[in-house]
Amino acid sequence: MNEFRQVPGWLTDPSHWSGADGIPERVVQHLELSFIAILLALLLAVPVGLWVGHRHRFEFAAVTAANAGRAVPSFALLVVVFILMLHVWPAIAFGPGPTVVVLTLLAIPSILTNTYVGIQSVDADAVEAARGMGMRERQILTRLEVPLAAPLMMTGIRTATLQVIATATLAALIGGGGLGNFIVDGFAQGDTAMTIAGAMLVASLAVAVDFLLSLAERAVTPKTESGSRPRARIPLAALRRSARPQAEGAPYVPPTLPH
Amino acid sequence: MTPGLLGQLVDWSWIGAHLTGGDASTPSIRSLLVQHIALTVIAVAIGTAISIPLGILSYRRHAVYVPVTFVSGILYTIPSLALFILLIPITGLSFLTVEIGLVSYTLLILVRNVVAGLAAVPADVKDAATGMGMRPRQLLWQVELPLATPVIMAGVRVATVSTIGLVTIGSLIGKGGLGMYIRGGLQTFFDTEILVGAVLSLLLALVADALLVGIERLLTPWTRRSDRRTRRRGRRELVGVAGGR
Repeated sequence: MNEFRQVPGWLTDPSHWSGADGIPERVVQHLELSFIAILLALLLAVPVGLWVGHRHRFEFAAVTAANAGRAVPSFALLVVVFILMLHVWPAIAFGPGPTVVVLTLLAIPSILTNTYVGIQSVDADAVEAARGMGMRERQILTRLEVPLAAPLMMTGIRTATLQVIATATLAALIGGGGLGNFIVDGFAQGDTAMTIAGAMLVASLAVAVDFLLSLAERAVTPKTESGSRPRARIPLAALRRSARPQAEGAPYVPPTLPH
Repeated sequence: MTPGLLGQLVDWSWIGAHLTGGDASTPSIRSLLVQHIALTVIAVAIGTAISIPLGILSYRRHAVYVPVTFVSGILYTIPSLALFILLIPITGLSFLTVEIGLVSYTLLILVRNVVAGLAAVPADVKDAATGMGMRPRQLLWQVELPLATPVIMAGVRVATVSTIGLVTIGSLIGKGGLGMYIRGGLQTFFDTEILVGAVLSLLLALVADALLVGIERLLTPWTRRSDRRTRRRGRRELVGVAGGR
């Protein structure tokens, strides 16, 4: 337990707060890697999810691809992409390249499935009614389906972001930068305080980003008639629905995966 | 395809030599595979043993459910590598450290699925059983738990597959099953070792998932004569929408 006692000292040492391997620089790198990956994943996954959900086509393929993506251990994927890049395109293998590719791949399944399921589970009668009122397909998508699917899409983005932030920690192993460097260097130099401080910084970053995204999730949840947003209490009704896809046609919702 | 990519990447003689034979620095494929499976099975078994009673309790008592989901919500957001490292000062660089981390992550998945499974048992079925004179204990063991089994098993599958992935991260603190090859190969830039570790851990996840589907069928024989439509629904059940903590 003594190791924990050195951590406050390490964290408050001013020399750890400046320079290319200072805490602020590493936090920025970590967030940059994560942000670029999430942005790329959004660009790739959201259009596909919208299209599949709206048209009800290639649903099985989308789901299967997303599920298979989840079985891949992220550490294994990171290292394999790195060595493949070393062979195929060595110039960009050292640096953020492989990390961004892998983080993007890891973020796609959650965003894709949640977008698709959110759109697909919009009440078919409401869509029919909108069509009957003369709305164009594009309008139905942007004015009806997307707003209703937004909370679920946001949950997917939140899950993906958590996984990306967790896996970005491993980028340090392949020279990708980020907060993982404190952990990797700490181990290499036998500096336990640095290792533990690094782990604490990563955990705090994840918790902070998750909290911000939970606010975003709430903000996109449509208000009820009384003007309040539904509060998340014990979601027994939702659990009941989610556990019985047969009865309600809604897909089963398992919890967020640890990373 | 010897000058080709695969020829450059894979040294088949290394694989042959390491199937069962290893040394201190690079253990054999067999021993790491066994270690990986053992770490996973222990974590999922302990996780299930804790989650079922905890899930039943959470389903019945709001006062239990709220703190359980609160703690799991926070624990979930902590990356596994950080969790392993934060446990080192307490339990050292040991299998115990990895195992504590793995078990906690399985709990989060499993408790929620136990609650969801119990919540999915139709109220009229429970009423009918009570009307037939079943006691609460009989109701639990003969009606509620069996009917909750498909959802609980879906949780066990998710927990198992993600545990297999998390074990590889344990290699960073020296206890990581096949992840040891990924880590070791990365340090020496030896592609074969990395690929063996990566491919086998992925295969392990897929095989474990398929096995658990089989076990689920054995545990719930009444679902077996399902027509094609229900089977398709069963597949949809595994769509795996993220979230819902």
